[in-house]
Amino acid sequence: MSAHEREEIETHEQRALGFWLYLMGDAVIFALLFATYAIMIPGTAGGPTGKELFELDNAAIETVLLLVSSMTFGFASLQVKAGNRGAVLAWLAITFLLGAGFVFLEVREFAGMIAKGAGPDRSGFLSAFFTLVGTHGVHVTMGLIWIVVLGAQVALKGLSMPVASRLHRLGLFWHFLDIAWVGIFSIVYLPGLL
Amino acid sequence: MFGKLTIEALPFYSPIAAGGALVTVGGALLVAIVLTWLKAWKYLWTDWLTSVDHKRIGIMYVVLALIMLLRGFVDALMMRAQQAMALNSGGYLPPEHFDQIFSSHGTIMIFFMAMPFMTGLMNVIVPLQIGTRDVAFPWLNAVSLWLSAAGAALVMVSLVIGKFSTAGWTGYPPYSGIEYNPGVGVDYWIWAILISGVGSTMSGINFIVTILKRRAPGMTLMRMTPFVWTALVASVLMAFAFPAITVACGLLALDRLAGMHFFTNAHGGNMMNYVNLFWIWGHPEVYILILPAFGIFSEVVSTFSRKRLFGYESLVYATAAIGILSFTVWLHHFFTMGSSANVNAFFGVMTMIIAVPTGVKVFNWLLTMYRGRIEFHPSMMWSIGFIVTFVIGGMTGVLLAIPPADFLMHNTTFLVAHFHNMIIPGVLFGYLAGYMYWFPKAFGFAFHRGWGLGAFWCWIIGFYLAFMPLYLLGLKGMPRRMETYNDPTWQPYLLVAASGAAVVLCGIGCMVMQLYVSIRDRAKTRDLTGDPFNGRTLEWSTSSPPPPYNFAVIPTVGDREAFLEMKEKGIAYRRPAAYEPIRIPSNTPIGVILGAFGFVLGFAMVWHIWWLVLASGVVMFAAVIVRSSNDDQEFTMSAAEVKAIEDQRFRLLGSRS
Amino acid sequence: MLDPKGPIALAERNLLFDAFSVMMIVIVPIIVLTLWFAWRYRASNTKAVYTPTWANSVRIDALTWLIPTVIVIAVAVLLWRSTHRLDPYRPLESKEPPIDVQVVAQDWKWLFIYPEQGIAVVNQLVFPAGRPVSLRITSDTVMNSFYVPQLAGQIYAMAGMQTRLQMLADQPGTFVGRNSQYSGGGYSQQHFEVQAMSQADFDAWVARAKQGGTPLDATTYPALAAKSRANPITYYSTVEPKLFDTIIDKYRHSGHAHSAPVRR
Repeated sequence: MSAHEREEIETHEQRALGFWLYLMGDAVIFALLFATYAIMIPGTAGGPTGKELFELDNAAIETVLLLVSSMTFGFASLQVKAGNRGAVLAWLAITFLLGAGFVFLEVREFAGMIAKGAGPDRSGFLSAFFTLVGTHGVHVTMGLIWIVVLGAQVALKGLSMPVASRLHRLGLFWHFLDIAWVGIFSIVYLPGLL
Repeated sequence: MFGKLTIEALPFYSPIAAGGALVTVGGALLVAIVLTWLKAWKYLWTDWLTSVDHKRIGIMYVVLALIMLLRGFVDALMMRAQQAMALNSGGYLPPEHFDQIFSSHGTIMIFFMAMPFMTGLMNVIVPLQIGTRDVAFPWLNAVSLWLSAAGAALVMVSLVIGKFSTAGWTGYPPYSGIEYNPGVGVDYWIWAILISGVGSTMSGINFIVTILKRRAPGMTLMRMTPFVWTALVASVLMAFAFPAITVACGLLALDRLAGMHFFTNAHGGNMMNYVNLFWIWGHPEVYILILPAFGIFSEVVSTFSRKRLFGYESLVYATAAIGILSFTVWLHHFFTMGSSANVNAFFGVMTMIIAVPTGVKVFNWLLTMYRGRIEFHPSMMWSIGFIVTFVIGGMTGVLLAIPPADFLMHNTTFLVAHFHNMIIPGVLFGYLAGYMYWFPKAFGFAFHRGWGLGAFWCWIIGFYLAFMPLYLLGLKGMPRRMETYNDPTWQPYLLVAASGAAVVLCGIGCMVMQLYVSIRDRAKTRDLTGDPFNGRTLEWSTSSPPPPYNFAVIPTVGDREAFLEMKEKGIAYRRPAAYEPIRIPSNTPIGVILGAFGFVLGFAMVWHIWWLVLASGVVMFAAVIVRSSNDDQEFTMSAAEVKAIEDQRFRLLGSRS
Repeated sequence: MLDPKGPIALAERNLLFDAFSVMMIVIVPIIVLTLWFAWRYRASNTKAVYTPTWANSVRIDALTWLIPTVIVIAVAVLLWRSTHRLDPYRPLESKEPPIDVQVVAQDWKWLFIYPEQGIAVVNQLVFPAGRPVSLRITSDTVMNSFYVPQLAGQIYAMAGMQTRLQMLADQPGTFVGRNSQYSGGGYSQQHFEVQAMSQADFDAWVARAKQGGTPLDATTYPALAAKSRANPITYYSTVEPKLFDTIIDKYRHSGHAHSAPVRR
């Protein structure tokens, strides 16, 4: 192994650790938003409650889309190791479509609630709901843009060490969003309905 | 087109506000004129603004901190003058101006003086002390700097366009909500904090990775210098506490911009949640600031007592313990919010437990001085002054940690005196000790001692004069933040406090003179060795200022006092048979571009100029994508170039002996 | 505060003094030792012992942890007991019956409602000396802090919520009360007079208030709650029943009042 290769691996390791730390900081943000949501559940100010608003079907489909997209991203990662550029691009494209479907469903849900007069300015409870779920949605949207950017890099530069390293971090990010969503599903949607 | 921004935003409504604006604009113009006159723009741009070298970034951080120290101190002078005069009268300030001043003073001193000062010192010194060539993410480091500068610029611009917040540096809702504060002041505060907070979080991550992954061979965790240890713990706190203030300010911004109800009085809002979120960040923040200062004191006391640091392991464990405990005490900032006796008592006891590791540290510094050979360098004076004064602040802190006693003293000037007693002798004296200690390392010439000692004496005498009366006033029941008052027995104390501020002003004058005299005499006081104080740690093993690559050969560490051991073994200045080429990160303008557009974004958010928000956001996004797609971010310095620089260094070393 | 006039403030001050004395045991030696070491081991004093590598001693290390620990345990015990004893929600023990007063923070003044007497006063809190005063506190504006340094200490006043504070004056006297939480332009003048008087004087004061003032009800309240500065002492001869609860409920809306962790 040449000194330069060793340096590249070290760089990759440092970036992976840095990205882990970023994700943990992001997890703190989500934890505080979860706590805020939990505190504000009673703060409906006479407006609609979660029970009246949430649709389990929609949330369940969103969950499936996101979990499957995590799996398809996993396949993309395997193809990175195999060095199969075309397959990587294909799996990234599928992941993108699933993620975009998730965002579409979420935006539709939000728009429906706002149309019913249950927007984020209706009550403290709804402010907390929109902010928590919306923050996750913004993360997913960022992830989609990132998939496009890295897809372009794979297409143009191939699976070089720096590109593979970036794909690795995107994978961490994408799986992290899954975990955050599982939290949202089980803390926001399930108790809101049961 | 311009959102809420109209010509009314200019401060012609009062001569004092207009004066502040004039000084700000005039100062900026003066700097621009001097730079043009010196034809220094290109040099500034290529060598500094676009630099990703940790030493230059660190120096720029400290420059930012010193400028903001001046601004924050002018605020302090104005407050002390107002309170000295305002018995049964309006004082000299126009109404509601005092409120902006106490808000900007606190905001500036914490976020834009102390934070950049600390980050700057960490930047200059940590990579040198762990024997590496740069931080883990040099470009991200530049972005952090420029986002901090963008936040500071937002606070400064509020002097000229619009007004600053009147909600204090803590910005408690519902007062800071849109219902009670419809102006732009609170928005300036929010966006200054959010933008610079992103920078601080990234600095934290950067330094954790740097310290964990880039130490020189042989430097085990228990061989790291105390400053590196405290920088590591502070970085961990930065990475994990700053998200809390991002959430607190972000939700407040949503309340104000989108009509949400997180912290409003009605519609299901809960203001107590803000107070919790704010202090979940706020208390660790105290330790983010003070731990690196503790690290500096440890270095300085050991160097100038000419003695190994006593109880290194204890210090390390105490630092780690403080870091963990700092997340468990936030409620002591609001014992008076009506929590149950059990909750209050729990947080009170946790707070006191922090006093144990802190006490251990004090004993360790004391025992390091014991049987040493103490040299009264200004940095050592700051340290001695710190120990003596800080224990008083620690004692009043323990008093405030007793909930029933806090019921008496909360929100009084006793509290104000207490936290200034921690922040000035604890934090600021530490940074100034570091600043005077490492100045020759950063610039390659001596920092004038006489003016440094003058600064110390003025600061410490001024501190006692300014804050001891506030302790007493607090015991007499004077609340903080009073623009006027009607109790004639308070005025004598406030006059003494104002005189203290005047003495501190002399201290700041000494600091200016120290810079002037040192720069003037720099040719005579060159530091040829790189080791002016007979140092013990690796930063002294390289030249002053260090070359771009810090170390031509990465050192191998055999002891906690790595450089002292090398000197004792006679291998400190050994040259290798041949040098190797070194890869160095290339400069890039993208950091400063992100900072500039971060500022524009914040400004546009404050004034609701939505198209500009969108435009600056798109530019920032594009800049990040362009940069992150670039695989070639380094250049190679050839072995011959390295050898030429090293030859020069050893010629100077030889000429000395 | 150094001159407390009631058992609560006195107990809180004594606590302060006790904790202060305990800590002086370690603070004073540290200051003295620092200055002494600095002088004794100055570089020019070559007669002093110099041990450049002495950096470890298990015994001394243990001592540096033990001394602060012992002090902290001592103060922590003091803290735990006193926090429970002086919980502002805990009614005072007294042979005399307590007098209830409801306190509303407004911009920028204080409204005191006497539910038993059926009167209300702006910027003046009057009660019989020797009788415990049980305060229920809320805010009709931003967060305030109700503060009477010589009698009771302080607690926050928050809209839609109620906090509590107890106080008692040993002797008749006049004291100052304030808001200590910055709340906007009129904050500096938002102080009120606190008067402890004999039961007979208090009864006479109530009778005067009943005769002299105007009624306080849903029509007159909004004018009072509007922003105003440095208000003179004003009496209201009658008070709409449950006004205090109405002020709190106004922020809580129908049915779904949020469960603030503040105890009633």
